[in-house]
This record gives sequence, C-alpha cells and structure tokens, in this order.
Amino acid sequence: MNLKPEPLVFEVSAPGRIAVSLPKGDTPSYPLPPGLVRTELKLPELDELTVVRHFTRLSQKNFSIDTDFYPLGSCTMKYNPKANEVAAGLPGFRNTHPLVGEEFSQGALELVHRLQSMLAEIGGFKAVSLQPAAGAHGELAGVFMIRAYHLSRGDAKRTKILIPDSAHGTNPASCTMAGLEALTLPSNAEGGVDMEALKAGLDAAAGEVAGIMITNPNTLGLFERNIEEIARLVHEAGGLVYGDGANMNALTGVFKPGESGIDVMHFNLHKTFSTPHGGGGPGSGMVGAGDRLAAFLPGPVAVEKGERYALEMPAKSIGRMKAFYGNFGVLVRAYTYIRMLGPNGLRRVAENAVLNANYLKVRIEKVFPLKYSRRCMHEFVAMGDIAPGIHTLDIAKRLIDYGIHPPTIYFPLIVPEALMVEPTETESLATLDEFVRVMTLIAQEAKTRPELLHAAPTTTPIGRLDEVAAARSPVLCYRA
Amino acid sequence: MNIDKSARYRTSHEFARKDGAEFVAGISDHAQESLGDIVFVELPEVGKTIKQGETFGVVESVKAASDLYMPMSGRITAVNGDLAGDPALVNKDCYAKGWMIRFAPANPPEWDGLLDAAAYEKEAGKE
Repeated sequence: MNLKPEPLVFEVSAPGRIAVSLPKGDTPSYPLPPGLVRTELKLPELDELTVVRHFTRLSQKNFSIDTDFYPLGSCTMKYNPKANEVAAGLPGFRNTHPLVGEEFSQGALELVHRLQSMLAEIGGFKAVSLQPAAGAHGELAGVFMIRAYHLSRGDAKRTKILIPDSAHGTNPASCTMAGLEALTLPSNAEGGVDMEALKAGLDAAAGEVAGIMITNPNTLGLFERNIEEIARLVHEAGGLVYGDGANMNALTGVFKPGESGIDVMHFNLHKTFSTPHGGGGPGSGMVGAGDRLAAFLPGPVAVEKGERYALEMPAKSIGRMKAFYGNFGVLVRAYTYIRMLGPNGLRRVAENAVLNANYLKVRIEKVFPLKYSRRCMHEFVAMGDIAPGIHTLDIAKRLIDYGIHPPTIYFPLIVPEALMVEPTETESLATLDEFVRVMTLIAQEAKTRPELLHAAPTTTPIGRLDEVAAARSPVLCYRA
Repeated sequence: MNIDKSARYRTSHEFARKDGAEFVAGISDHAQESLGDIVFVELPEVGKTIKQGETFGVVESVKAASDLYMPMSGRITAVNGDLAGDPALVNKDCYAKGWMIRFAPANPPEWDGLLDAAAYEKEAGKE
C-alpha cells in the first residue's frame, strides 16, 4: 500500500495551470442575467500529469478483493472473475444504448431474457424482473408488489409487515418507504424466528398483515429451519412472504427459495453472481416472484415473441423501478458467471461457501465465542469483547494492521459486540488458515498487549479515526 | 449497572419516573452503555400524543440506530433541547441531564405494569 499522505487536489492547485485546451466555441455566446454570474469559483487548477498521479496514488491506497482477504459478513465479497469483464466489454454490449430500439437490441434482449429464465430456475420463481438497481431497491419493489396485490383485491387494510429482529436494517426501511408499518419479531434461543411470537404477532394484527420479510439463511448465518411453517402461517393469515436474498450464496444449486413458500424475493447479482460491489458497483437487485405476484413484477421485462425478443410490462406491473432496463452491464457479468459455472458449478459455490465458513467457525470460536453456535451456513457471528477494555471495534482495527479487511461489526444487533465473518467459496485453505493464525494472535494481544489494539491501525496512511467526533460534528465540505 | 431506584422500566430499556403530575422518560444506564457513544437523538414534537409501546424517537450511536419506545401512553409536554447540541449527555447522565421527554400520562395505571428497579436489574443482567 502507498503510505505517503496524499494532499487534496485543492492543496496542489496552482493558478493558471490547465490540463486541456478547449476549442474556441462555434456557437454565439449568450450573456446570462447579471445576478447569475459568479466571478470567483473555487475549482482546482492542475495539469494533466498531476491529476493522473494524484488519482493513481489514491487508487494505490485502496483495499480490494483483488489485493487482500475481505471477509465482510453479509456482503459476499467473493472474487469477481475477469472473464465477466471481458464479456461486459464486448463492443456489442458496451456500445449499445437503451434508445436504439428493440430491432437493434436483439442480442442484448436475448441475454436479458436468458438471464431472467436462469435466475427463475435457480430461485424456483415463475418470473423474474431485472429492473432494480440494488438489494434494497429490490426489497422496495417486492414490498410495493405485496401492497399492490392486496389493493388489487380491494383489501386496503393490510398495512403491517412482520420482520425478525435479526433482519437487515433495509427491511424495515423498505416497508416505511412503501408506506407500510414494520413490526419486529423476536428471535428464539437458536437464532431463528420465535414461532410463538410469530403466531401472537399474526393474531394481534389479524386482518392487517400484509406479509413478512424473512432472510434465509438469516443474518446470523443460520438456516431458518421453520421456513415452510412460517410461510404457511403467514399465508393462512392472508399475508404474503418476502424473501431477502442477500444470503443466497449459501443456497445456489441446493435450495430453491421459491419452493419454500416465498412469494417474492430479491437476489443481489453483485454478491451471489460475482459482479463488483462495495464502491465498485453498480449493483443489481433482481426480483423473482411466484404465482401470486408474478403479474405485479416491475417492468419492462424481456419476452420471447416467435424468433424475436421484445420488452413488455407484466400484466399488473407496479411499473418502473428505474429508468430503462436495469444495470445492463452488471447483467452481462452475472450471465457470464452463471454460464461459466453451470448448474453443478453453482452448487459447488454454495457447498464450498458453507464449508469454508464452518471451517473458520470451528477454529475461530475457540478464541472468539459465538452466541448462537449451531452449524452455520455461509457466515457466522462471533463476539469480540474477549478481554477487559477490548471491544469488537479494536479487533477489527487490528486486523487492518495484518492486511485483512475487518469483518462486519456490530451487526446483527441481537448479538452483543458482533463480529460477522463471511469467507466465501473463493478463498483457499491457505488464506483461511492465515486468517485463523492472525485472529488467534490478536486474541492473545487483546489479553497481553491491549494497547496495540487500542492504537490500531498503525500501518495505514491514516490511523484510528475519531468516529464519535466525525458523527457528532462532521465536516462535509472542503474549507479553503 | 447504575439503576435509578425511583424509576420504572420497559424491557426495551426506556425508563419513566414520576415528576409531579407528569413523567420524565429516557433510556437506562445499561442501554447507553450497550449503545456506546451516542451521536444523535431524535425527539418528538411537543404536544404529540403517543401510545404506550409506540416509538417516540430514535437514538443513534456509532454502532447502531435504535427506536425509542414510549413507556406509557401520554402527551409530550417537553423535550430535552440540550441533547441536540450535546447528545453525550445521555452517556454521561442518562437519568438526570440526559432525560429525553416529559409527558402527561393518558392512562396512569400503565405505571403499575412497568418493571420496578429490581425486576429491571434482573432482566438487563440476562443480556
């Protein structure tokens, strides 16, 4: 990593320096009204080489999956095969434009149509829409669809959605954005949905239940064993079941969520199907639906008409979730990934993701205990407060010193001092063993030399940030 | 864990304490400690009526954002304006200077259904 402190572009600016010479304008100038003209504008003045060096040096400070291990729980930071980029860079895909029309987009539409079909098969859905641009966007689409379904039946009273307390924070946020009310369900001692609380919740909101949002495996990395029973109870109460597919990496080729009673679900193509994310996006949060909700999917979707492909709105569509047709470049990458792996390869993805996580869990829990310790799926949640005065934040910061990206911390909220590790299937045994070695070393340091953890990180261009000051009095603009 | 013996509590860690004809509410010492450094507190408008168990605000720390639940039904008569400039008051002195809301109770017998100090201490100790 490039450790030299990098000044802001404003700080290296020098009056009169320019990077490009603009040609003389060939349209007549039009004077703006006097009140709208600024005479001073604080823009940096730099030559091209200085700009190139500035951004190249900044890029050398990046931490990425292409440089180091990145076990960020719930984010599935797997390797993104470079073949995906080759496919997305093919001129026919790269140079197309959404306004060229169906006639000249047949190849792109065929890819969209095939990807819809493959994802429907993988998820056990009747139909799929590739419109949403990210996971939470897909959730919002799903909640809109649930609401539209009830309204289409003249049932306007169903405004409440049950959400387990282990859910991603985006679930209640999506409900609120859709104008519905989120009700929290407690977890049981095993980390799953508390079935008695579910029944009580359904009774208490009888006639008003729009549905449930459920993540499987949940954010503790645990398979929701009662999923079919949960779906049955919610359906009996007149509600629908939303599946949060953020953790689909544990299930590909093994389990079809659509066959477990889930009515609508999103997948994150940028997690499970290996397209870049975490600042490198854009994402894609496709939604798949079963019989009840397929007609309500956002559109347009690609359809096959004889030997041609066309775009169509589903019969009772909630409409568009995004301009044009989703993040097309991301779709090309996901399509490439699925075709390269095939059904058996996708199954091995899930098997190895679960195997790697369990291997780490068994070894890590000797030094960092788990609140819910049954066999995990693709990730597990340990606790970091293993010595007096040591918090999970200190463990996370110390990992940076050893060249490992910190896991997700303080989530899910139901585990105190949570430390959520997801290795993914793309890491080798050697990398996993190195992670165990480092975590064991940090656990020893926590007991014998806690000051090392409190001071960490010390090997980065910028050390420990004052997160409290940053949150309480943020400085959001450059101050000249 | 510091517990205000004169207050009563919800299992979700809000406290309520009688103050004349009205009540003062906030979050317990156990709650502020679990949350860590508090960076933002969102409080309701004065005059608003909120039912027991419904949210009256949000508390945000460097770790998480959590809803605040009304310990008893009532009408908000005052909020602690000092928290906007200095949310750390909740960390420093949650029962006194870090109070959040004052309310006129709509259903005073709800007080009897809250946990007393001893019961709350036992409950919070389980976590």
